[in-house]
Amino acid sequence: MGLKEKLHGIKEDFKGKKMAPAFNALHTFLYTPNETTHNGSHIRAVDDLKRTMNTVIMALIPVLIWGIFNAGYQHYAAVDAANGIIREASLFGNFFTWDNLAMGAITVLPLVIVSYLVGLGVEFIFAVIKGHEVEEGYLVTGMLVPLIVPVDIPLWMLAVAVVFGVVIGKEVFGGTGMNILNPALTIRAFLFFAYPTWMSGDKVWVHGAKDVVGTPDAISGETILGAYAQNSSVVYDFADKFFGFIPGSVGETSTFLIILGGLFLMFTKIASWRIIFSAIVGAAVMGLIFNGVVDQGWISEGSKFYGLMNTPFWEHLIIGGIAFGIVYMATDPVSGAQTNTGKYWYGFLIGFFSIMIRVFNPAYPEGVFLAILLMNVFAPTIDHYVVQANVKKRMKRLKLKTA
Amino acid sequence: MALLSKKDTGLLLDPLADNNPITIQVLGICSALAITAQLKASIVMALSVVFVLAVGNVVISLMRNIIPSKIRIIVQLVVVAALVIIVDQVLKAFAYELSKTLSVFVGLIITNCIIMGRFEAFALGNGPYRSFLDGIGNAAGYGLILIIVGFFRELLGSGTLLGFKVLGDPIAKTGLYAIGYENNGFMLLSPMALIVVGIIIWIQRSRNSALIEEN
Repeated sequence: MGLKEKLHGIKEDFKGKKMAPAFNALHTFLYTPNETTHNGSHIRAVDDLKRTMNTVIMALIPVLIWGIFNAGYQHYAAVDAANGIIREASLFGNFFTWDNLAMGAITVLPLVIVSYLVGLGVEFIFAVIKGHEVEEGYLVTGMLVPLIVPVDIPLWMLAVAVVFGVVIGKEVFGGTGMNILNPALTIRAFLFFAYPTWMSGDKVWVHGAKDVVGTPDAISGETILGAYAQNSSVVYDFADKFFGFIPGSVGETSTFLIILGGLFLMFTKIASWRIIFSAIVGAAVMGLIFNGVVDQGWISEGSKFYGLMNTPFWEHLIIGGIAFGIVYMATDPVSGAQTNTGKYWYGFLIGFFSIMIRVFNPAYPEGVFLAILLMNVFAPTIDHYVVQANVKKRMKRLKLKTA
Repeated sequence: MALLSKKDTGLLLDPLADNNPITIQVLGICSALAITAQLKASIVMALSVVFVLAVGNVVISLMRNIIPSKIRIIVQLVVVAALVIIVDQVLKAFAYELSKTLSVFVGLIITNCIIMGRFEAFALGNGPYRSFLDGIGNAAGYGLILIIVGFFRELLGSGTLLGFKVLGDPIAKTGLYAIGYENNGFMLLSPMALIVVGIIIWIQRSRNSALIEEN
């Protein structure tokens, strides 16, 4: 008798008891339940919620590993820079090293653990109170959350934000599949507005920077967006930005790995290529508009918008969290638009607003999360008009036929 | 012989819970969101509304038989406006700083839906004594929510209560701040007040399922 049968046995014992949903959650996580549907006809498909979630997590793993190494790399690079040594990034020379891994692991893994423990804890509590099964929804959220926060965020803040995000972003609407907002972004928004000093500025993106402020060892870890917003130049070249040897939130630095993850998600049909494609177009259009404004000379170099407006439109796509947001957040099938035409609009406006917020509000250099949350709210409206347009079209056809 | 009959007690107590103007009737939300960042402002606002609504209800109730129904809204507005101006002037005279904090929201008591709502729904059809109780009850129900929201927003947002640093000093790093606690800036923003009100509504309805609307 294997583990599987034993679990099934325990499940029978638990049936009808208060803790049944909590046990069943663990059970379902490990094995497909032995319960079969009882009546009616059912469509069988292998791409159930669990597999969908696992696919997204697979796409996130490379980003997480890069984030761990980068956390260590940025810390040591900043320490070197404070001592006057300028580092040249090289993948195997000074990036994939044991030191970086160790430093990254002790800073990033606690974020992952706290995110999962607190988030799943809330899910379990709600499942037990409401008597429904625990859904797999938090698996992806729990992985996304540590990737979109700065490395040095205090763990208790993350815990508070996760409770808020899961309860207000998801459970009040009825749990997984019913939420209008992306829970991971709700968590980030909460952190951003509640504890702005830990979510922006030039001291939070590199581990240890906050502890040494004002001392002779002070290190700086400005993100590229932050630097552009202040009209200063950056030392990173294209390869640094594209492959991700730059400071930033844990998982968003490597555009290269995000593109690979995005291709994987599109290939497995988990993420909508329509949203990703149109979001990139939207961001490029807004970027081109701003570039045009600069070319026309409508804005002087002293303007506070100049730095970000003058950024070439393609560079906007590889710096900051926009690539991560478009690939992993905007494509959330629950909170995004559902209709195909709607997806083009939804994606386009996300890209468009992301760059607009980024440029026009230097206090919020990272506009993408606000843009996605905004469009999450409008997604049902977009769908409504798409459906109505279709209804109108078909009514017209009907009239032509009967006339 | 009890001081109040059972019916009259209901007038006072119902609006505190099962017929709360904010959480059940969802009236008077604007001021509940705008001025609850500090507990003190919430309390003063609550008291102002208690005064305006109780006195206003009595006045309208006394005049209910002589107000022509075609112009009753205008009459009601005149009564509220007079009372609100009294409150506003008293605040300016005796609590100037606070009246600055409350800014236009004292004046906007005039447009508080609870007040016109009670005039229309109750004072026009009931005697002055019962109208008085109804006014006190509804304003207290409004004030109760304001004070609850104000309590949490000031405690979590600024770490103070009525201005006292109950959680320690954030600059000198004493109390809770010594172990890394920080104030939640989101609590000071109006959206969070809406969420706090929403949570109160959620808790209230999950405790009493009779309040959940059918749809």
